[in-house]
Amino acid sequence: MAYYVPSTEAEQKEMLARVGVSSFDDLFAAIPDSLRIKGLDMPEGLSEFEVRGKIEGIARKNVAFKSIFRGAGAYNHYIPALVKQIVSKEEFVTAYTPYQAEISQGVLQSIFEFQTMMCELTGLDVSNASVYDGAAAAAESVGMCRDRKRSVVFVSESVNPAVLDTIKTYCYAANAEVSVVPLKNGVTDADAAASVMDESAACLYVQQPNFYGLIEDAGKLGEIAHSCGARFVMGVNPVASAILKTPAECGADIACGDAQPFGMPMAFGGPYLGFMTASGEMARKLPGRIVGQTKDIDGKRAFVLTLQAREQHIRREKASSNICSNQALCALTASVYLTVLGPDGLRGAAERCASKARYAARRISAIKGFELLYPGEFFHEFVTACPCDASVVEKRLAGRDILGGLPVSGGILWCVTEMNTKEQIDELAGILEEVSR
Amino acid sequence: MKLSFEKSRDGRSFPILPPLDVPREDLPEGLLRKSPPRLPQMAQPDISRHYTELAKRTHGVNDGFYPLGSCTMKYNPKLNDEMAALPGFTGIHPLQPPETAQGCLEVLFAAERLLCLITGMDAMTFQPAAGAHGEFTGVLLIKAWHDARGDKKRAKIIVPDSAHGTNPATASMTGYQVVNVPSDSEGGVDMAALREAVGDDTAGLMLTNPNTLGIFDKNILEITRVVHEAGGLNYYDGANLNAVMGIARPGDMGFDVVHLNLHKTFSTPHGGGGPGSGAVGCKARLEPFLPKPRVVRCKDGFAFSDPERSVGSVKAFYGNFLVTLRALVYMLTLGADGLRDAAQNAVLNANYMMKGLSDVYDVAYPGICMHEFVLTLEKLKKERGVSAMDVAKSMLDYGMHPPTMYFPLIVKEALMIEPTETESRETLDQAIAVLREIRARADSDPGSLHDAPLNTPVRRLDEVGAARHPVLKYNFDGVSD
Amino acid sequence: MDFPSGLSYSKTHEWIQDIGGGAARIGITDYAQNELGDIVFVNLPETGDEASKGERIADVESVKAVSDIISPLSGVVKAVNKDVADNPESMNADPYGAWLIEISDISDHEELLSAEDYRAFCEEEG
Repeated sequence: MAYYVPSTEAEQKEMLARVGVSSFDDLFAAIPDSLRIKGLDMPEGLSEFEVRGKIEGIARKNVAFKSIFRGAGAYNHYIPALVKQIVSKEEFVTAYTPYQAEISQGVLQSIFEFQTMMCELTGLDVSNASVYDGAAAAAESVGMCRDRKRSVVFVSESVNPAVLDTIKTYCYAANAEVSVVPLKNGVTDADAAASVMDESAACLYVQQPNFYGLIEDAGKLGEIAHSCGARFVMGVNPVASAILKTPAECGADIACGDAQPFGMPMAFGGPYLGFMTASGEMARKLPGRIVGQTKDIDGKRAFVLTLQAREQHIRREKASSNICSNQALCALTASVYLTVLGPDGLRGAAERCASKARYAARRISAIKGFELLYPGEFFHEFVTACPCDASVVEKRLAGRDILGGLPVSGGILWCVTEMNTKEQIDELAGILEEVSR
Repeated sequence: MKLSFEKSRDGRSFPILPPLDVPREDLPEGLLRKSPPRLPQMAQPDISRHYTELAKRTHGVNDGFYPLGSCTMKYNPKLNDEMAALPGFTGIHPLQPPETAQGCLEVLFAAERLLCLITGMDAMTFQPAAGAHGEFTGVLLIKAWHDARGDKKRAKIIVPDSAHGTNPATASMTGYQVVNVPSDSEGGVDMAALREAVGDDTAGLMLTNPNTLGIFDKNILEITRVVHEAGGLNYYDGANLNAVMGIARPGDMGFDVVHLNLHKTFSTPHGGGGPGSGAVGCKARLEPFLPKPRVVRCKDGFAFSDPERSVGSVKAFYGNFLVTLRALVYMLTLGADGLRDAAQNAVLNANYMMKGLSDVYDVAYPGICMHEFVLTLEKLKKERGVSAMDVAKSMLDYGMHPPTMYFPLIVKEALMIEPTETESRETLDQAIAVLREIRARADSDPGSLHDAPLNTPVRRLDEVGAARHPVLKYNFDGVSD
Repeated sequence: MDFPSGLSYSKTHEWIQDIGGGAARIGITDYAQNELGDIVFVNLPETGDEASKGERIADVESVKAVSDIISPLSGVVKAVNKDVADNPESMNADPYGAWLIEISDISDHEELLSAEDYRAFCEEEG
């Protein structure tokens, strides 16, 4: 059954005749006979009704937890109704990359607004139109810093393991070295960074807040990077960015991260939204699409993909990255989210995360065996010890419809957002008390 | 129209979140930013209108014919989107214990199995988020394979000149030198040049097939044999798989690794440039190198497993999961015959349009094409001063998205047309009529084509000015019109 | 098309002006800027970089193309013209005023043409 093909069999026959062939087989004459398969060894198609039933059945095999205390790179935040409605508009959903600017002003303007918002958030000068996700953004960011003389990428051990792994993969591809700077009390060991970085250093990459939720002394780490002539790259949590010192204030040359918290569901890991901003001096090194403002021939303001000669389709093998697409619909989602929340709403969300996380940390760490592992300030994630195998706690909580913190070495990494009510936190603490006894 | 920042009024805000239900605790002052980000302050009704206005200035597949060559702008089934919005998928944390995410693992497992059948591959990863990301991953597998064998002299990747621009960029991003191989007079790979190019320094070949001229390379088996005999591996750029799914399989053609654009062939929406999915399939010998983790069957269902010699991760988690899910919905809906029918009708529609235009436009490589074909307007430009750009921009006034322009690079004044299978005969007839009318106007009134478009929200743009003095964000302090 | 005498020219369309003391300025010719179309960006080397004759030393971008500038001289980059980097259109408007790179310690050079010979060379190419 040709499900989405409008032409009827009769029409297809007429069209084949018009083309001058007698069958579909004739259209594929260029394919050697030995390669033509008789058919695919897979089931026949199903009706919409049947597919829906099947997929809903598969979805039911998942557990969508009532309360979620897990982050570690994917965050549970409230998504306003307006966001969901706007990003479902078919024009936005079904358009391609805005090559034809005259009929793509909507997508282009939304990206221009997104770029502006990312610059506002990070304090830096230029933003690209987004990349695949935060880990890919980190890998592309450190790639911007490497050159023949400075090839070693220094990464703090406190970054999300998936980010470190992605950086390593990209560097393996480029035959570049990655050197990991160790931790002290859960944060980047600044003295160690200062002693290992030299004139071979391309950059220092630090995550803020780091994987353990702790706030790094980014200003100091930036000075260390710059003192040996290297770039300073910060991977930031965008919600925390609403209140924390901006990467620009910390001296960063590049800031990147994953803007999934801005209106994208956790969705088992994607689609998410990688963002990258940089100082003006590094603008030309930014990979991916960039939208710029210009005028049409009547003098009307308009937006267009610009600085394209940096990109792969023009530079081909001389391009520094092969990226062509962005995550436009996700960038739109983030813009709508930030527009709906506004500056007060975003700050409010961030402050709720911080306050609730502090409340939860106090409640949990008061329980024997669940003491806080690190002394530093944190945003909305923190690590506690665990008196037993962390998977026991995980299972116990799952039985009460709670997704607990992520088991990590030494304990459990908890995450608390505006989604977690006091009631949920108290319930969690109550169960942990039972475990502790 | 105005930017959201220009519509902003201080103090316009509305509560989305409930009041704080725990004691307020602020972070120490010294950790905080000096001033808040200048985000727009707008009321809900105005936000709604702002984005509706932007949507109206955006041409999607739902707005009209979109024959953008090599992009496969087919209809995006709405069932796919509805299934991707089920809370049983959207509410799942990627680091949940796998036993509480069995549905998600089943989706990945089922999609892998079906796509392996379609491509003739043994294993697949969904981690890459786009075609170029898939290329990167695929070439990394080739690199890891040679490295694992201690074969360090393989420094070159062969790329035909009809390739997508991403192919050479991918090869150099992966640390390889690029060797370009020209096309022969029929638009296929020049076999003599290929034989000349391969050697014990060949890491692999990247081939788009059908290629960007819409031609299935008739020497395909010979091409892959030559590369294999030199010790290289074969990479299949599956951007154009829509022409051959259910008809022939890259795995049978001698390819070791393939990337698919699920947002092209498998109907997931493009979203204005993403998110997509660049799933990568490979033969068994490359499976140990795939990105981690992979989904495997275990006795109680499905589990994650890290391939023993994995190249690592190319992004966090398991790729654009909701895109993979949409592709699975599409495959279940069409089934074996439906996929084949889609390919057949994609090729039929392309040939039907080509036939309808070939007496008034020059076809770059005449004959039967696959899912797309390329017009060359070189003569028209010389004789009438009308360029591929002029024809493309004129189509905008007829409510149609133009074809891909000036690509492939080896065809002068190129227009690359891919109608896809989801367009009706009436739509194709109308598009043919429009292109014929534009061709007639090139004779009668070429000036009018230079002025096009006239009826779009904005007209032709000053791209030179945009690039010379880039304005890449809103200027809060300056005067803006 | 302008071919000022007093300058030397390379076959890859750069002009060379001897400024004495074993140093020279280079830029792109009127013919080159005309072929390239509207130039939107120039990617210059850093002072102190080595220049090798016959090798890429900079590149210029138009909206949809990028072209290498080949150094006609071997030596050391002594200065680059930041004004041109800020106003790339000056390469179109005044190609012989818009010098790009000053090279000192010149040790070698490509085959250089006189204005007359370069004019003839361009006529052949065009």
